[in-house]
Amino acid sequence: MILFILKRVLYTLPITFAVSIVCFLLVHLAPGDPVSAFLPPQASAEVIAAVTHELGLDRPLPIQFLHWLSRVVVGDFGVSIANGRDVFDEVIGAFSNSLILASVAIPLAVAFGFALGAISGYCRGTLVDRISTVVAIGGVSVPHYWLAIVLVIIFAVENNILPAMGAGPGDSRAWSWDWEHLRFAVLPAVSMAVVPMSIIARTVKAVVAEVLSQEFVRALRAKGIGSFRVFIHVVKNAAPTSIAVVGVQVGYLLGGSILIETVFSWPGAGYLLNIAIFQRDLPILQGTILVLAMFFVFTNLLVDVLQAAIDPRVRRY
Amino acid sequence: MNESAVSPNLDAGHIGTSKNSRFRETLYRLAKDWVFIVASVVMGAILGSAILAPLVATHDPLSISILSRLQPIGSEGHILGTDELGRDMYSRLIYGARLSLAMALLPVFFAFGIGTGLGVAAGYFGGTINSIIMRSIDVFFAFPSVLLAIAISGALGSSTTNVILSLVIVFVPPISRVAESRTTEVVGLEYIDAARISGASDFTIIRVHLFSNIVGPVFVYASSMISVSIILASGLSFLGLGVKPPTPEWGVMLNTLRNAIYVQPWVAALPGCFIFVSSLCFNLISDSIRTAMDIKP
Repeated sequence: MILFILKRVLYTLPITFAVSIVCFLLVHLAPGDPVSAFLPPQASAEVIAAVTHELGLDRPLPIQFLHWLSRVVVGDFGVSIANGRDVFDEVIGAFSNSLILASVAIPLAVAFGFALGAISGYCRGTLVDRISTVVAIGGVSVPHYWLAIVLVIIFAVENNILPAMGAGPGDSRAWSWDWEHLRFAVLPAVSMAVVPMSIIARTVKAVVAEVLSQEFVRALRAKGIGSFRVFIHVVKNAAPTSIAVVGVQVGYLLGGSILIETVFSWPGAGYLLNIAIFQRDLPILQGTILVLAMFFVFTNLLVDVLQAAIDPRVRRY
Repeated sequence: MNESAVSPNLDAGHIGTSKNSRFRETLYRLAKDWVFIVASVVMGAILGSAILAPLVATHDPLSISILSRLQPIGSEGHILGTDELGRDMYSRLIYGARLSLAMALLPVFFAFGIGTGLGVAAGYFGGTINSIIMRSIDVFFAFPSVLLAIAISGALGSSTTNVILSLVIVFVPPISRVAESRTTEVVGLEYIDAARISGASDFTIIRVHLFSNIVGPVFVYASSMISVSIILASGLSFLGLGVKPPTPEWGVMLNTLRNAIYVQPWVAALPGCFIFVSSLCFNLISDSIRTAMDIKP
C-alpha cells in the first residue's frame, strides 16, 4: 500500500511540473506586450527597455520559466497589475470562499447522486428508475449558469425567499456558518451541484446494474441471504468506481464554479478569475489557474489512494 | 459519398453479413426508438430554422425599438417578447442558433479530426511516439475542462475564433485517448499482421484496414461531446469571452438580459432554454445511437 502511494505521488510530480509549464505559457500566449500594462502609452523606448529588463522579460523563455517557478514554489506569485496587492493572498482568500460553496455543494451532489443512481440501478425498469433517469439526463444537459439564473428568478425575484447575490452581510472574508450567511450559499451551491449529481447518478446506476448482473449476487440470493445483506455486498463492489467519479466531479465542480460565482457575484476563485480576464491582470489569472489546477491534481491523487485503500485490486497497477 | 455507400451495399446482398447490414440494423433500431425520433425532430427544427433564419424570422434581429423594450412573452407582434433594447426575441433566438450551434459543432468536428489522427498515430506506431503523444495529453487531463477553456480563451482574448480554438484543445485529449485505446486493440488483431506480411505499407494499413474499424466508435464518442460543447461555447460567450453584443448568440443574450430578470424574468431566461433543449436533444440522440450500436445482432 505504501509502495502504491509512493508510486502514485511520484507519478504526480511530472504532471505538476507540466501543469506549471502550461500555466506559465498561458501568459506568454496572451497577445499584447505585458510591459505595456505597467507603463503609460507615451513611454519612451529606453524606459520600455529598462522595465523589460527589470521584469526579466528580455531573457530566454526557459530561464524566465525557472525563475518564475522558483518564486512560485515558495508562494511568491507576484503582485496584481490592477491593484498592486499580493497575488498569493488574493487567490488564497478567494479560493477559500470557493471552498465554502464547494463544501455545501459536494455533499448535496454526492448524497443525491448516490441515492438516485442506486435506486434506479436497483429497481431497473420501474417508474422510479424512469423518473430518476430523466432527472439525470436533464441534469447532465442543463447549462448550470442558466439554471442559476432560473433559480434566482424563482426564489429571489418571484418569491422573496433567498438572496440573489453576494456572500452574506459584511465583507467578503467575514464568513461564518450561521443561517444569516448560509442562506446566501443555498442557490449557488444547488446550481453547482446539479451537473455533478447527475453524472454521479448515471455512473452509480450503471455500476450497480453491472454488479447486480454478476453471478455472485445470484449465488448470495440462492443461499437465502436477506436482501439488505445482498445490498451491502453490492455497495461494497460498486464503491471503488463510484468514488473515482466523485473525485473527478469534485474537481470539475470547482472548475465550473467560475460561471456560477459570476452569476451570484460570489467572491470566490472563479469570480476573481473572471475579473482578472477583463482587467488583463495576468499575474492573478496565472495564479488562480495554477491554484485551481493544483487542487484538481491533488484531488485526483487523493481519490486514487482512497480507491486503493478500499479495493486491493487497484494496488497492482 | 452516397454512391460509394450504395455499391458495396449491393454486394452485401450476396455475402449476407457486412458493415452495411449492421448499419441498416442500427437504423432499424433507431426508427423504433421514440426518444430518438422526438429528439431528432426537435433538433431538426432548431437546425432548420437556423439555416432558414431569414425566411423564418419575423423581424430584423438587430433593429432596436426603445418604445417597445422588454415586452412579455406572447405580446402582440412579438411572440416571445422583446429584449432590453426592444429587439424581437423570437427573431434573435433563431438567428442566434446559427452562431451558437456553429460554435458548438465546429470544435467537436475539428477535435474529432485531430484527436483521431493523434490517437491512431500513438496506437499504431507505439513506443516512443505513443509515450510522447499520450503523456502530453495526460497534462491536459490535469485541468477541469471548463477551467481549461476559460483559461485559454481568457489568455488569448475574447473572440469567436479563440472560443473555437480553446474548445478544440479541451476536446482533443479525450478523443485521442479513445482513438488510441481502440487502435491498440485493433492493431493486435491477426488480419493486420496478415496485411503487413502481404506487403501493405503503414499508410495502406492505417487507411484501409485500421481506419474503418475505429472511426465509428470514435465518432459516436465524439458526438457525445456536442452537448457539452453547446454548454461551454455559450458559457464562454455568457462570460463575455466569445461573441460580442449586439450579435445574436444565446450565451451573449443570456448575459445581456441578466439585468432584466426583475422586469421580465421569463423573457430573460429564454436563451438558456434554447441552450438546454439543444444540449438535451444532442445528449438523447447520442445515447440512442450508442444503445442501438452496442447491442450486437
